[in-house]
Amino acid sequence: MRILFKTSYTDDIRLFPDRWTLAVYGALMALAFALPWLIDEFYIGEVTNVLIWAIAGLGLMLLTGQTGQVSLGHAAFLAIGCYTNTILIEIGLPFIVAFPLAGVITGVVGTIIAIPALRLHGIYLAIATIALSILADDIIVLLDPWTGGVSGKFPDMITIFGLEIERWTMPVRFYYLVLAVTVICTLFYRNLLRSPLGRAFAAIRDSEVSATAMGVHILRTKCKAFGLSCMITGWAGALMGYYAGAFNNETFSLVISITLLMMIVIGGLGSIHGAFFGAVVVAFLPQALSILKGATIGGSVAIPGLETGVFGMILILFILFEPMGLYGRWLKIRTWFELFPFARKDMFRRQKSYLKTERLR
Amino acid sequence: MSLLEIKDATLKFGGVVAVNKLSLSVEEGEVYAIVGPNGAGKSTVFNMISRFYQPHAGTFTFDGQNLLERAADQVADLGIARTFQNIELFDHATVLQNLLVGRHRHRKTSLVEELFFAPRVRREEIAHREAVEEVIDFLDLQPYRDKMIAGLPYGVRKVVELGRALASGPRLLLLDEPASGLSVEETQDMRWWIDDIRKQMGITVLMVEHDMGLVSSVCDRVLALADGAKLAEGTPAEVQAHPAVIEAYLGAGAV
Ligand SMILES: Nc1ncnc2c1ncn2[C@@H]1O[C@H](COP(=O)(O)OP(=O)(O)O)[C@@H](O)[C@H]1O
Ligand SMILES: [Mg+2]
Repeated sequence: MRILFKTSYTDDIRLFPDRWTLAVYGALMALAFALPWLIDEFYIGEVTNVLIWAIAGLGLMLLTGQTGQVSLGHAAFLAIGCYTNTILIEIGLPFIVAFPLAGVITGVVGTIIAIPALRLHGIYLAIATIALSILADDIIVLLDPWTGGVSGKFPDMITIFGLEIERWTMPVRFYYLVLAVTVICTLFYRNLLRSPLGRAFAAIRDSEVSATAMGVHILRTKCKAFGLSCMITGWAGALMGYYAGAFNNETFSLVISITLLMMIVIGGLGSIHGAFFGAVVVAFLPQALSILKGATIGGSVAIPGLETGVFGMILILFILFEPMGLYGRWLKIRTWFELFPFARKDMFRRQKSYLKTERLR
Repeated sequence: MSLLEIKDATLKFGGVVAVNKLSLSVEEGEVYAIVGPNGAGKSTVFNMISRFYQPHAGTFTFDGQNLLERAADQVADLGIARTFQNIELFDHATVLQNLLVGRHRHRKTSLVEELFFAPRVRREEIAHREAVEEVIDFLDLQPYRDKMIAGLPYGVRKVVELGRALASGPRLLLLDEPASGLSVEETQDMRWWIDDIRKQMGITVLMVEHDMGLVSSVCDRVLALADGAKLAEGTPAEVQAHPAVIEAYLGAGAV
């Protein structure tokens, strides 16, 4: 078992609390960097897909896992990021400007939409945000001159200071681009977690009443969470556009919103790891299913709704048996090994919890 | 001038008059208690001070400023911190994080600085941490520093909530039934802490409490409330001996 001796307050606010974590994440980064030499280009594409989903997951995690606000409208923000990026590049901005700006614009739009929406709570907010996902489709069609409507758009090749990046012909370069964005978004998330704003997000999630009493302005803080969440989601959307190679009004549908939400629940709400674990599931489940189907009933048999059905099942199982998601499971397994052989069977049984109310009396 | 001055406060919930033309003033540096049976309107007074409830009539002045001009989230900024009768902590965060939220009113850094964890954010974080560590030392919370609230026993949560309020560096501390549900030993600790909060930290305390033992040992003045109106006010001994109070507690005919 690893025992930490903290010797100064900075130990707790450092990016990596101790040498061991630094070593683990250092190794992980080195592996990510060396990956193109280790696996072939097809799989690099798959890993890229996982990373893009993970970025989108981080975006929604910030809002739902961290601040406790459910959104089923995040596909709309993927779309805004994607279209904004493409349009900005078409009007002549270089990628290195257009891409960050696309995220910022998505964040601003998100904040504006959040002001009325965030007066709603829980399930009502979820329902209101569904409308966003549905509306996005129509708005894209209506804005035909900019968005290309139903015929859609094909993003141009990316050039960064003369370096060309294209998803199909140069998957490795595209992978590095996505990796860089992933690292930046993860750092942003991590920095928020160790700052006052990130704590205010968690405070709102757990008790709006006492957050208010501590001086947190609920609506303003929720808007910030929504804006930041949309910014990250916008970047993910722009990358999804490149990854898909073409997109139209149907690319970012309600199903994508639902998938995103399922992803972070399965991965583990409220943690950075959860976004990544969830992304792995979402990205590889379709493949795993088709392999499984091929092996059992033959690949040519079409089963409509199979993927969605299996997703739904997994989600329900997680909510029932592992509300902390894959990350929670991982923590338990790790603790078991750390304590070996002293782990007890009922160690993770949920503690007696006290009735949680928002009563003032 | 009193630190907190309430004049003729009235609040009705439908037909129920929860607080009826109540006036009280709390002086800087004193420990003031409100006592009274359940439903007397004690917590309602706190919630009006915290600006969660809007009084129908009356004035609320804190340190010469009109409290009613403030929104609920601006009250902390004046230096008023509180605890809740039914513990309202951030359950999915650690004790340390809960106490750090108490520092929120001292936040100086902007969203962008925090995204990049600028040097100023780091400096501020260390300052917040030092302030919080003082509270942890004061309340002996060291063993729980990195524990999640969700797994803590009731008594410890009560202390953490007190700590969170102290971490904000208040001038006035509102404690809603600080000893309810605590064991004899825990109540004893609470008594010492309240004493030290006043004497060492110079914080004024306004509290609601049922435990008359605790009230008489730490409070300078007591106000007895029944059905939202003032029955009696004075030193703990005076209030306990007041005929109206005895009647309210023991019923008519007991005197
Ligand atoms: N939010 C509310 N809605 C309706 N009635 C309330 C509300 N808050 C308090 N009351 C009523 O006001 C009265 C005083 O309650 P309270 O201040 O909580 O009493 P206590 O002295 O026990 O803290 C009670 O009759 C209670 O039912
Ligand atoms: Mg009460």
